[in-house]
Amino acid sequence: MKISKSPWVLHYDASSCNGCDIEVLATMTPLYDVERFGIINTGNPKHADVLLLTGGINAQTAPVVRQLYNMMPDPKVVVACGICACDGGIFKECYNILGGADKVVPVDVYVPGCAVRPEALIEGVVKAVGILEEKRKKLKESMKQGYCTVDYSKMAVHMTADDYDPSTQYDAVLTEEALREQAEEKIKATAKPAPKPVAPAAPAANAAKPVNAQAAPVATNNAEKGDNK
Amino acid sequence: MSMIILKAVLYIILAPLIGGLLSGVDRVISARMQGRQGPPVFQPFYDVYKLLNKQTTVVNSIQVLFVTGYLIMTIFTGTLFFAGGDMLLVFFALSMAEVVMVMAAFSTNGPYSIMGAQRELLQMMCYEPMTLLVAIGFYYANGSFMVNDLIQARVPAIVQIPGFFIGFVFILIIKLRKSPFDLSTSHHMHQEMVKGLTTDLSGNNLAFVEIAEWYDTVLMMGIVGMFFLTANPISRVWALIACAVVFFLETLIDNLFPRVKYITMLKVTWSVILVFAGTNLLILNVLK
Repeated sequence: MKISKSPWVLHYDASSCNGCDIEVLATMTPLYDVERFGIINTGNPKHADVLLLTGGINAQTAPVVRQLYNMMPDPKVVVACGICACDGGIFKECYNILGGADKVVPVDVYVPGCAVRPEALIEGVVKAVGILEEKRKKLKESMKQGYCTVDYSKMAVHMTADDYDPSTQYDAVLTEEALREQAEEKIKATAKPAPKPVAPAAPAANAAKPVNAQAAPVATNNAEKGDNK
Repeated sequence: MSMIILKAVLYIILAPLIGGLLSGVDRVISARMQGRQGPPVFQPFYDVYKLLNKQTTVVNSIQVLFVTGYLIMTIFTGTLFFAGGDMLLVFFALSMAEVVMVMAAFSTNGPYSIMGAQRELLQMMCYEPMTLLVAIGFYYANGSFMVNDLIQARVPAIVQIPGFFIGFVFILIIKLRKSPFDLSTSHHMHQEMVKGLTTDLSGNNLAFVEIAEWYDTVLMMGIVGMFFLTANPISRVWALIACAVVFFLETLIDNLFPRVKYITMLKVTWSVILVFAGTNLLILNVLK
């Protein structure tokens, strides 16, 4: 059995003109019926495998896209739908457009078109689930070694108003590489004699402390928030 | 004794297979009703397999305990029923399972989860009276709470308690999370509460919830069959036909009606329970 038999999709409109969004919805109509491939449009990043992005990224949607990407459990793939999501399209020169989706998150499949055809979209998602399968194999290996397990409970605890800066909160993208780097740092840190813990309680917090000290630069924001005990 | 253990083991092994298939058939029938081809019948198994292979993100570590508790309690409930245990205990254990699931949703502290949990509590308020009444109805009909004794009845229970059957089929809409009363999870995408109860669950945890719902479906169908079972083996065929008809009816209702507000749900379910089960209970009381 392959996991590519049930790709659940999360669709996010990052400043699209709604042309591509309508085509995304059209794929679920009786004519195209993507559910026959097991594709479900979930509205929930925690259930999703494929992130469908439409439209160019602007300053306001960039943190949202990053947050959605971070919330999705591994393995995950990103599909940029339409020429705007691929590289900005006709809005590329606009003052508020950062560019395509790959400016903020790693994109796996580009589906060009204005608006993108439903057939092309389905083809893109099918390509994406192939990549999903490969990523899962990689993930299995890294999970064996203890990488790639993000504990969201650690990110939310003990947040004060000072910690919370909406402009920078979601600047980090927790890609697999970033997580791997973070885990390697952690292993390196724990190999040395660990610094004496202040309080013997909460061993999890103490174990995570060395990461905080030398966390990978990409993920500093979230890591700091988590270990702020 | 060995017979009881055999039945329990058979239930534990077969129920997820039957439940998953029922869920797949439900999706195919729904799709055909909407003029679509629909997913393969085995799609729910593919989904759960995928979920088991995904990373599990946990918002609050107690959530894992609650979700596992939900699965175990649901399996315990069904095993108790199919091994021929006490109907009252079955229903009490069932509400315990639901409460644990609600706790799992509350523990995540997410707005959608909490909204789903509150609605789930409201749903429980709607169907709990009926589940208890079903146990009482069986007692009135055949003079026992034990499933083992009830299936040895001379006349099928439906003859004496048709009102309870109608009430039970009605609350099955809530139990199976079908559309007019699907307030707490919203199975269809993009509604006001994302996924309600299960919004903050992912990976293994979500897979456990799915599997628990398969067990739950089989248990519910078992109770539907109970209304038709007698000592005569041919009655089992009738029970199976009744289960199939009821399941199809639930899918049809799911596709016919939009979701309602909780006040409508409270009013409608309690009226149906009062009118059908209440009247039935009254008549039984007068006749005896």
